[in-house]
Parts: sequence; structure tokens; C-alpha cells
Amino acid sequence: MNDEFKGMQVLDRRAFLKTGLAGATGLLWTFRLTEARAGDYPAGYDPDGRRWGFLVDLTRCMGCGACVRACKAENHVPDGYYRTWVERYTMLRDGRVLVDSPDGALNGFPEDPPVDPAEGEQAFFVPNLCTQCSTAPRGPERPAGASSRSRDGLVLVDKKRCIGCGYCVQACPYGSRYLHPDGTADKCTLCYHRLVRGLPTACVQACPVGARVVGDLNDPDSPLRKRLATGRHGVLKPEMGTHPKCFYLGLDQEVI
Amino acid sequence: MHGELAGPISGFVFPNEIHVHWTVMIVLYPYITGLVAGAFIVSSLYHLFGQRELRTIARFALASSFVFLLFAPLPLLLHLGRPERAFNILITPSPTSAMAGFGIVYLTYLTLVALEVWFSVREDLVERARQRGGLTGFLYRALALGDLTVTDATRRRDHRVVRFLAGAGIPVACFLHGYVGFLFGSIKANPWWSTPLMFIIFLMSAIVSGLSVLLFLFYLISYLRKVPVERAVVETMARYLWGFMMVAVTLEVMEVLSIAYQQTAEWEPLSILIRDRLFVTYIVVQLVVCSLLPFLFLGVNNLLKPRSRVSDLLVFSSSVLLLVQVLAMRWNVVIGGQLLSKSLRGYTSYVPGLWEREGLVVAVVVFTVPFLLLRWVDRVVPLFPPDSAIGAGERSA
Repeated sequence: MNDEFKGMQVLDRRAFLKTGLAGATGLLWTFRLTEARAGDYPAGYDPDGRRWGFLVDLTRCMGCGACVRACKAENHVPDGYYRTWVERYTMLRDGRVLVDSPDGALNGFPEDPPVDPAEGEQAFFVPNLCTQCSTAPRGPERPAGASSRSRDGLVLVDKKRCIGCGYCVQACPYGSRYLHPDGTADKCTLCYHRLVRGLPTACVQACPVGARVVGDLNDPDSPLRKRLATGRHGVLKPEMGTHPKCFYLGLDQEVI
Repeated sequence: MHGELAGPISGFVFPNEIHVHWTVMIVLYPYITGLVAGAFIVSSLYHLFGQRELRTIARFALASSFVFLLFAPLPLLLHLGRPERAFNILITPSPTSAMAGFGIVYLTYLTLVALEVWFSVREDLVERARQRGGLTGFLYRALALGDLTVTDATRRRDHRVVRFLAGAGIPVACFLHGYVGFLFGSIKANPWWSTPLMFIIFLMSAIVSGLSVLLFLFYLISYLRKVPVERAVVETMARYLWGFMMVAVTLEVMEVLSIAYQQTAEWEPLSILIRDRLFVTYIVVQLVVCSLLPFLFLGVNNLLKPRSRVSDLLVFSSSVLLLVQVLAMRWNVVIGGQLLSKSLRGYTSYVPGLWEREGLVVAVVVFTVPFLLLRWVDRVVPLFPPDSAIGAGERSA
């Protein structure tokens, strides 16, 4: 040891590493603790064994937009962004397909599609919301650990952790995510705060024609499973390999 | 089938995709890291691969890499919705997110380059610490970390360490920049980004931009110091630049051509994206003006060996054009990919703002500061060898 250090209390390498390592572990542990506290559920709700899913019945939707308005009110969705929206598909006789969704159908569809009615063959409405992918693209798996899957299968964003990089917004194949003006990523949570209290999602409650159903995919007696059994159904963009848990009854191949 | 292509939004765009989320700063970030990786590789050409002609520019290249690296995270911080939480990415990283790798890759590379810079300038720091008194001397002594011994043994050691780091840095530089390409290439939801080639395309264009920026600065500094440019340096760099730009542009074009030839479902919307939304920035700027012209210029220079004055004109303008080419490429990838909606039925548009946080003015400032810092670093330790023309020239610039 150099002369100038004589008489000083100097940590040897082993002690230095020990202290450092212990300090770092302690620091990381406190982060773990805050994370654990975030997962509290209301009394009587057990997430284990459940797997939340959703069904949209395209043969029933009439494009009124009540679901979009209910969602906006329930979840304080900022103007210009949508946790759920409704698209209108207009198929023309010459094979063209027109799609529109004025303001996400927040006010329904006040105007007819801009085509001569004689040219039209058929039209239908397609509500959209987060498909709650079983295998979400790797991007949304949040660099800072803010987006994660709940024990009952929902993909959720931790608004206190998200750094707002937007990578998950880019990675979602369905355009379901957006950057909230508060600087974090935001998306449909399937009204998780309501589900855990035994309530349906706001959009399900608001739909006047029963075109939306939420339920437990693991429960064969759930209304969701029963409706799924009534007809052919599909999911959006199955080629993405995301295994969505939002199913569409009466899905047309033009819908993406 | 697709809607009419008129106005800022055409066809059907998912309502959450009308605003482009990743803007100027996300164009700038891969541009800066590209310069970092490219400049590092130039310095390694000398230190590791024995490219003796590059001796004059080797240390300058390394310092450029370091200075740009210091500023690489700034565009990201300016972009983040919650920049104050940026460290979450290091504290609670998600092992399955490609983006979470940033902190680890960045810090590894920063450490490595900082060490290489320090070992390569140590002797100069010691010399100045001995010569100067007062505060300046103290600061030099602090920069030298208090160790002022310079012997043949320490020289050999420093040289060995630099050589080792120059070698170890190459895979890390490739990883840092290839990783940025991977971030885009791995987004399967986006047909304009999703290709395993993105990794290598970004890497090659990074080397092109690194060579270009060094050539550009070498010309500029020689001009400002009123010394003739060192022919051996520019001729060597021009040869490398020609080679790397051919590989980079071929990859960029082949990637699109293969989708076009396969006529996959994505090709129709992508072809409209290229023809309509990206015609100027992609076809005109990236491919024709800034790839074809420098390819011809450098070809003439390297094959026909014209007179020095003509050669300088060809090489200098190629370096400028290729700097723009790489910037255009970043723009066309980052912005272009977001103009096509994931509905594949519509297109949005984007015009950068001027004064906003992620606007053009801030971008210009963020991009200019590293150059000024580089100039200041040259005052602290000479970045060009004193026995070279550029190193012996007037130190006013």
C-alpha cells in the first residue's frame, strides 16, 4: 500500500465488493416490493384459473357507437384516441372495399358511405378493441417491465412504470395502443377494474343489441363460451401468431 | 383494394395511427449511433487491421465515435413520454424486450470506447500535466488519473490495450448498431420494417455514414487549417467508402426488390407507400441522387485516378451526398414505416414541427453539439498527430 494511505481506513477489495453487492441487492429488492404491492385484488376475486376473453358478434353490431362513448366515459380516454372503435365495411359490386370509422364511431356513423347505393353489395360494422393476445408481440413486452400479463390472462400497462418509448405501440398489429398525453402507453384493459368486481366491461353494458360479450374462456358454462359455440368465429390477423382472445362471430375475410 | 390517394390521410387508417409516434428524434438516434459505429470501425482499421494510411485520422475517428456516443441517448430522452423514468429500463429491465437491451449494450460500448480513448491519449495527457502548472496542470493530472509514469513499458502496455479494445470494440459496435436495426426488423406488425435483413442493412449504412462524416470533417478541417489534404488518407477512405456503400445500397434495394418480386400480400400497400408517400425521400433522394451519384463519383475517382483537384471534388461531394443518403434511409425507415397503417388500407402523413421538443430546431442542436465538443476535445489533446500536415496546421480550427 502506498505511503500516503498509511493510517487511513481503507476497504480491501473483498469488503468493497461485499458492501457493493449487498447494497445493490437491497436496492433491487425495494423495487420488487413495490411491484408486489401493485397486484392487490378486491376481496372475493381470485384471478387464478380464469382466462378472460371477448366476443364480438358482427351479425348484430349496428354501428351506433354506444360502446365507444361508454368506453371514453368509463376510462377517460383522451380525445383523438380510442380504446375501442367501430369500423364500417362497405363492399361494392366491382370488388372494391371501402372502410371508414369517422372519429372511431364516437358519434356512430352520421353519414352514409360516399358511394352510389346502387354500387353497394353489402355493408357491416366491425368493433375493435385490444385483442388480449395470448402471445403478444415481443415489443409490447415493455423494456422497463411496464406491460405485463395478469394471472387471468389480460395484457396490462403499468402506468407508474411505463417510460413512454412507444415500442409497444409500434409492435401492436391491431393499432390498439396509443401514447396517452400523460406520456405513457395506453390501451383497452377489458375494464379490468370492473371485471374484478363482478361487473361487465363498460362497452358490453352499453351495447343495445348484445353484440359484445365478455367472459371466462376457461369456464364452459360462461355466456362467452356458449355464444362462441353458436356459430363460426375467427380472430383478426391470425398470421401474426398472437393468438388473440377476442373472437369475432361472422367474420369476413376482408376484415383485418 | 385501396382508397384514393389524396390529402394528408388516404384510405382507411386505424384511428390510433393518424398521429406518427416516432418522429425526428427517432430518425436522429440511429443516425448518430451509425456515426458512432462507423467511426469506430475506421479507427479499428488502423489499430487492428494495420491500415497504416489511416494513422493520421485514427485517433480523430476514435474521438468522434466517443463524442457521438455521449450524445446518442439524448434524442431518446427527448422522445420518451416519461424521460424521468428512463432508468427503469436498467433497474427493472424486461428480459424479453429487445429495447431493454439498450442500457446494457450502450453502457458496455461507452465503457469500452472511453477506455480506448483514455489509453490512446494517456501519453499526451501526462505530457501536458508535466508541462502546465496551476489549475490546468491539475486538471490534466486528474484526467491522467494521477499516474504520470511514461516509459517504454507503459507505452507498450497502452498500445496493447488499445489494440485489444479496438478488436473487442468491433463486435460491440456491430452489436450496438445492428441492434438498432433489429429493433425495427423485429416488428412483425409492420411490413416495411419486418425483415431479418434490417440488422445488416443498418450496420452497413452505419459504416458508410461513419466513413462519410470522417471524410467530410477531414476535408473541412484541412480547409480551415489551410493545409493540403493528405492524399493517402482520403484515397484509402474513398476506396473503403465505395466498397461499403455498394454493399449497403445493394442490400437496401434487394430487400425491397425481393418483396416486389414475390408479390406478397404486403407488396401492394408497400408499392403505394413507395410511389406515393416516399417518392421524393426514397426514390429521388435515397436511391438516385444520394446513392447513384456518389457511386459514380467514387467509381471515377477510384478507377480513373483523376487529378487531385478533381478527385477532391468527387470525394468530398460523395461524402456529403452519402451523409444525406444515410439520413434519408433512416427517415424512410422510421417515418415511412409509420405512414402505412397496419390496416394495410390507408396512409397517413407527417411533416416535422420546427420548435417542438421533438422538432427540427432541437434536432439540429442535438446533432451540432457533438461537433463542437469534438473541436473542444482537440484543444485538450491533439486529435491529429503533430507530424501530419493537418496536425501541424494552424490550430485555430
